[in-house]
Amino acid sequence: MSEIEKKVKEIEAGAADAIRSADTVDRLNEIKVSFLGKKGLLTSVLKGMKNVPAEERPKVGKWVNDARQSIESALAERRARFEEEMLTRRLESEKIDVTLPAKKQRMGHRHPNTIALEEVERIFIGMGYEVVEGPEIEYDEYNFTKLNIPPNHPAKDEQDTFYITDDILLRTQTSPVQARIMEQGKLPIRMIAPGRVFRSDEVDATHSPSFHQIEGLVIDKGITFADLKGTLDVFAKKMFGEETKTKFRPHHFPFTEPSAEMDVSCFKCGGKGCRFCKGEGWIEILGCGMVHPHVLEMCGLDPEEYGGFAFGVGLERIALLKYEIDDMRLLYDNDIRFLEQF
Amino acid sequence: MNTSMSWIKRYVPDLDVTPKEYCDAMTLSGTKVETCTYLDKDLDKIVVGRVLTCEPHPDADHLHVCKVDVGSGEPLQIVCGAPNVAAGQLVPVVLDGGHVAGTHAGGGAVEGGVAIKKGKLRGVESDGMICSIEELGSSHEFYPEADPNGIYVFPEGTPVGADAIGELGLHDAVIEYEITSNRVDCYSVIGIAREAAATFHKDFRPPVVKETGNSEDVHDYISVRVEDPKLCPRYTARVVKNVKLGPSPKWMQRCLASNGIRPINNVVDITNFIMEEYGQPMHSYDYDTIRGHEIIVKRAKNGEKFTTLDGQVRDLDDQVLMIADKERYVGLAGIMGGEDSMITDNVHTVLFEAATFDGTNIRLTSKRIGLQTDASQKFDKGLDPNTAREAIDRACQLMEEFGAGEVVGGCVDVYPEVRKPSEVVFEPDKINAMLGTDISPEQMIRYFEKEELVYDKERNVVIAPTFRQDIHRTCDLAEEVARFYGYANIGTTLPHGAATAGGITFDMRVLETARDIAEDCGFSQGYCYSFESPKAFDKLLFPEDAPERRAIAIRNPLGPDFSIMRTTPLNGMLTSLATNYNRRNKAVRLYETGNVYLAKSLPLTELPDERMKITLGMYGDGDFFDLKGVVELFFEKIGMTKKPEYRADLGRCYFHPGRQAEILYDGQSVGELGEVHPKVMKNYGIGERTYIAILDLKNILPFATYDRKYVGIAKYPAVTRDISMLVPKTVTAAEIEHILSQRGGKILESYRLFDIYEGTGIADGYKSMAYSLVFRHKDKTLEDQEIQSAMKKILNGLQGLGIELRK
Repeated sequence: MSEIEKKVKEIEAGAADAIRSADTVDRLNEIKVSFLGKKGLLTSVLKGMKNVPAEERPKVGKWVNDARQSIESALAERRARFEEEMLTRRLESEKIDVTLPAKKQRMGHRHPNTIALEEVERIFIGMGYEVVEGPEIEYDEYNFTKLNIPPNHPAKDEQDTFYITDDILLRTQTSPVQARIMEQGKLPIRMIAPGRVFRSDEVDATHSPSFHQIEGLVIDKGITFADLKGTLDVFAKKMFGEETKTKFRPHHFPFTEPSAEMDVSCFKCGGKGCRFCKGEGWIEILGCGMVHPHVLEMCGLDPEEYGGFAFGVGLERIALLKYEIDDMRLLYDNDIRFLEQF
Repeated sequence: MNTSMSWIKRYVPDLDVTPKEYCDAMTLSGTKVETCTYLDKDLDKIVVGRVLTCEPHPDADHLHVCKVDVGSGEPLQIVCGAPNVAAGQLVPVVLDGGHVAGTHAGGGAVEGGVAIKKGKLRGVESDGMICSIEELGSSHEFYPEADPNGIYVFPEGTPVGADAIGELGLHDAVIEYEITSNRVDCYSVIGIAREAAATFHKDFRPPVVKETGNSEDVHDYISVRVEDPKLCPRYTARVVKNVKLGPSPKWMQRCLASNGIRPINNVVDITNFIMEEYGQPMHSYDYDTIRGHEIIVKRAKNGEKFTTLDGQVRDLDDQVLMIADKERYVGLAGIMGGEDSMITDNVHTVLFEAATFDGTNIRLTSKRIGLQTDASQKFDKGLDPNTAREAIDRACQLMEEFGAGEVVGGCVDVYPEVRKPSEVVFEPDKINAMLGTDISPEQMIRYFEKEELVYDKERNVVIAPTFRQDIHRTCDLAEEVARFYGYANIGTTLPHGAATAGGITFDMRVLETARDIAEDCGFSQGYCYSFESPKAFDKLLFPEDAPERRAIAIRNPLGPDFSIMRTTPLNGMLTSLATNYNRRNKAVRLYETGNVYLAKSLPLTELPDERMKITLGMYGDGDFFDLKGVVELFFEKIGMTKKPEYRADLGRCYFHPGRQAEILYDGQSVGELGEVHPKVMKNYGIGERTYIAILDLKNILPFATYDRKYVGIAKYPAVTRDISMLVPKTVTAAEIEHILSQRGGKILESYRLFDIYEGTGIADGYKSMAYSLVFRHKDKTLEDQEIQSAMKKILNGLQGLGIELRK
């Protein structure tokens, strides 16, 4: 072994010792400077190259490089261990009590009416329905006459209408939107029209003089009562759960014929009968029927060519049922402790 | 409308279903059952017994010890407290372990009934109980023969040991129906029985009405003149003489009682029975009080008065139809008879009336006069005139059968325009096409026949009798087919045909964004009423001539608190916030999206402008600028990326005069924002500073867009310069920012106020403001000189506003 090789080995061994005994990152940095720096021990060997015969120089270069690599890797290894130890210590010191209370993130809440409405809208939009609106203050003609409820019809009394003038009233139902859309004459029609309606009922747990309905209307060629049943059955299943069953009972509305009311199997007890459905197993949800040909005629459509079905759902009724709200007044109180539950 | 099961069975004798089966099937065929009440509910082990002996109780003055034969085994010893108990009586006895429905008179029914057990009463063994009619769940009113103060006594001949409930006719159920306005015929027992027969495929046996009457002619007794045939399409009258008032037969009393009608005497009971059976109200007059023996049907005159048989004086007008004799009024047509022509115990000859009156007129009259009777409630549905004759003949027949009098021959029948049945062409294909079914024409015709709709094969028409006022077109026939085919048997399909693109409108999408942003910022959604009290304007300090006070008034409001349509969402929001404040809810943020109603002219001649307002309100957490931040975040989300302007001199009475702003976008007013005036806060009882913003959807919409174009992310570094200024108090941030954006040039990327301060260390009349400006060139690294030059322009501009730079 030559003198130089021996020296390099000594330097390498010295570095290894120093690294092994180093106890801080700072010490490692000092070691690095003292061995590998510009004025470091290993660097000084290279500086003595000029005294080495030319044929020896590659060898010396290799020894020095090997030693440098070995020192560097020893340094890196030691450094990594230090970092690992430091991290472990930090993580230990940062342990928290995960059972401490959460920091409340504050966001507003959507009204249960709106949540229910948006669910209904999603279902029907998925079936290709447009959502449209009509005026809340409406002509008697649209609210009644065009829906086959002529002046002095008993149904007019039943609806306990708020009047503004003889001809203008607060709409008692969203059905006038049907007439307005049909009159526009753009066919086929698949629409729902949600909105506020008014009837002179005193405020109590189950009544409000102002509430919301969602009207539905489909007008096309060849629409059948079976289509009505199928559509509303899909709606009920999507709204109240796949296992929901529907029952259609004959009923009467002046603007549809035949007409029906739809019950859904009680989603609380599954139809066995409970307090929720008053032991019936069924809950009345909506009114519907095939659009009366006279209504089509009054709206400028030919009932020989076009037909369709219509339905009307009470939004509050759905919201009260779905969220088990026992008093309708809560919906208009706007008490934050109520709203924050949705 | 109510009927008992047993009354239905009088016309559908083969009906063999339980009340539950009956109710379910009737509901599904279109006669909706609302309730079903079992009359024998809670009655168990009750038999007919004979009181063999009745001795005073040894230890109690008012009790008796009876031996009662109940038809099997040894006679029972029963202690009875009824004053009317006596040996020899046939009585209802509840046996040991049985149940009765209620307690003595006045006690009423007890939920679940009362169990009767063997026991001792004042030391004497009692094995059961002798019952009063109240204990059996009914009342003396409906069993007029029952002693009101004691036990019920059966007539002689009732078999001992028989089921007492059966003997009383209480194995029955009373069914309450919801009848829809199109089915006037179902406001009668016969009408419902017809539906029942069709529903259960049983024979329908309506009453057989025979000709009655002696050889006299009723026209010699009475003449009738109808002056207004529009309001009285038909008037029939018959006379019964030698009337013998007395109780009606038990079966009739039971029928009436099951419909909640108290049996009175044979004449009254017959007219009440006919009203239920045929749905045709009748009236009976004491013939001898009818002056001139003449009936005139005519309108009253304005200002006249009439005393109805309940003793009330009624104000009349020229829309009220009256029944008059030669000299005076004797009845308010279709509603109530008069006081001095009514039947009394001394009646000798009865004049029966069965007429048809215009339903609308009866309804309006009864509303105006404020008098609704069983009769008016039948008439106001609009009755079929063809029923009147059969009804009055049936009444006379019953009078004859009951031996209640001698019926005079003939009938006065004023019926100038006979109502004809309606006819509908039979198009089975159309019916199937409408229903989505494949029902044979023959099957359809069978359904029709069950409902007495006659198919005329030759003319291919279905003829609907006049009592079916709801059948005019093919769709009406389709309903009949669907009802009896069963709605449940019709398939479920989805509409086919051209697909349609569903979705919401642009307006709805913007509102949806508003809701999202409001909720993201902690506001919860409220719903407020559209109508409110005009007092709200006072609470909001609106001057007398404020345009907001020009509200649309409801003609028939529920009360003053709901009498006008709101012109501003403020009252709803403040009321909701006040509700929360009163309930001690802390830091409340609410929003509402709802319409206000602005009249174009008053009174309304056309529909008003319904303007959608987005209203945000909050107290307890955050200030004016927090709310302003919510508004601007919303604008940003709907693509309104320009800087909104805020005009301070808005002059809104309900806001703090120094803390309010109109929000302008591109020079257009889109809403307002402010702190609520302390006086308004006091009026609503809110004790914390409250902030409200109102945005007008219609004005926002033209600026809203969801189009976005990507702008490249800056590649070159930005340079930041901060300026700290001493600003005269009168100079607004908007003025400073105007200078910054005008003079900063293209390279001024953004600016931000990062400090504002006034007070100690700042000269009076001044405030300290500091802005951070960010410069950047999109294509190169900026040179110091470019920034210096922009800054110089800015500083010159600021000096023009009297602003000094702070070092």
